[in-house]
Amino acid sequence: MIPRYQTVLFFVLLAASVIMGAVLWQLRDRAEQRRLQAQASTPTRAPQVAPAVQATLLVANDADDSMAERILSLPLPPSAGARARAILGKLLDLYAAPGAAHPVQGGASAITQVFLMPVSAGEAAVAGPRGKTSAGANEAKNGPEMAVVNLTGAFAASHPSGIETESLTVLSICATLHANLPQVTEVRFLVDGQERETLAGHADLTRTYLTSEAEPAVVGAQP
Amino acid sequence: MSSTQFGKSTGFRRVGTPNLFPRVAGAISIFLAFAPLELAGQAPAGLPGAAPPQFVVVLDAAHGGNDTGGHSVNWAEKNFALALSVRLRSLLEARGMDVVTTREQDVTLEAEQRDEIANHANAQACLSLHASLSGNGVHLFVSSLQPAEAARLVRWKTAQATAITRSLGLAGVLNSALRQAGLNVTLGRAALPVVDSMTCPAVALEVAPDANSGQTATDSLSDAGYQAKVAEAVAAALVEWRSEGLSGGSHKGAREP
Repeated sequence: MIPRYQTVLFFVLLAASVIMGAVLWQLRDRAEQRRLQAQASTPTRAPQVAPAVQATLLVANDADDSMAERILSLPLPPSAGARARAILGKLLDLYAAPGAAHPVQGGASAITQVFLMPVSAGEAAVAGPRGKTSAGANEAKNGPEMAVVNLTGAFAASHPSGIETESLTVLSICATLHANLPQVTEVRFLVDGQERETLAGHADLTRTYLTSEAEPAVVGAQP
Repeated sequence: MSSTQFGKSTGFRRVGTPNLFPRVAGAISIFLAFAPLELAGQAPAGLPGAAPPQFVVVLDAAHGGNDTGGHSVNWAEKNFALALSVRLRSLLEARGMDVVTTREQDVTLEAEQRDEIANHANAQACLSLHASLSGNGVHLFVSSLQPAEAARLVRWKTAQATAITRSLGLAGVLNSALRQAGLNVTLGRAALPVVDSMTCPAVALEVAPDANSGQTATDSLSDAGYQAKVAEAVAAALVEWRSEGLSGGSHKGAREP
């Protein structure tokens, strides 16, 4: 037999639980209303999504020392320098992917900047710190341009060492730049903003590369 | 455009503060390399009683000392290159060739020092020996400089331009011999500071793992049998290169452009 006082206590507690649940539900609804009102009053800006355009990547393959064209549709910014950086970033992302035919760590973050400048001003600009940025490069669309690719030190330090692998990285960057920005005829490389002797002990980074040299490297291979 | 000029045709532009000493030393070295043979105390070839011309090969074991080149936990490119150089030297000397090596020990050498040794040797073939853990088989690289006419004085940084045609010929002979030995070969052009300053027919030879061996990259490169196979094929190629020269081929020493 349940004592009377326990029965009364049970119903009192049950009633209190129901009342507290209802109050909690009300409070939650009010908080949600306040949040929505606050959002509605916040000034917002529609996100800018760059239109996807076709980009041609020259992807290196260590197995046969070759480069193969790969066409991708990428959202690219209108500025030439930013576009060059985005395309090269995608190329290095492919190299950093598992199972890549030309495995190199780093990915898109390995490209710090890409500067474009008229060829005639290239040497002076590389020698000094006042090179034109990508914005300035747009002014010189009519003539040939030099691209200065600034790589990170971590990328150079982690790059596999070897004539073939280093040359393929350099040449695929040059060829990819020329394929997407035909006005780029010369390419120079910096590492952390400084000139460096070689990429990882072999490929010469002190020279200016002509994009016309960046043909697939296999010459005269026999079947 | 003359080969002594500094312009776009070479695709090279040096920036920064120039270090004049190696350039001056280089210019003097190249001048001596192209000086008349009498100045060097040698008898002109082809005269009655003159000794038969020696066939000189320069072997440049890449890297060394502080510069390990490519490396992994238990493998270093500098050691592989030196071992291959030693193995090749004995094979070539056994075939009657004069061999000049840039290093016999694990020492640090600058690119200019290697080039000075090579350019003073009046060699008919210069091989820069490398190795890589990536790729497959043997990679042969000739300088990416554009060919230039021989001149009395040439720029140190682009001296190889006068020997490009002969370097391509040497690469072709090496390619044939290595393929005959059953090795996978790729041929290419590359910008390599050491090779670009050599006046002799020069090829950079990079040994990569044998992908068909089923071994890991380091095991394949450490395989004595694989090293011997490569060395034998290179020696056979240089014998062929020498015989082509003796039978009136186009290749000559660095002082006979």
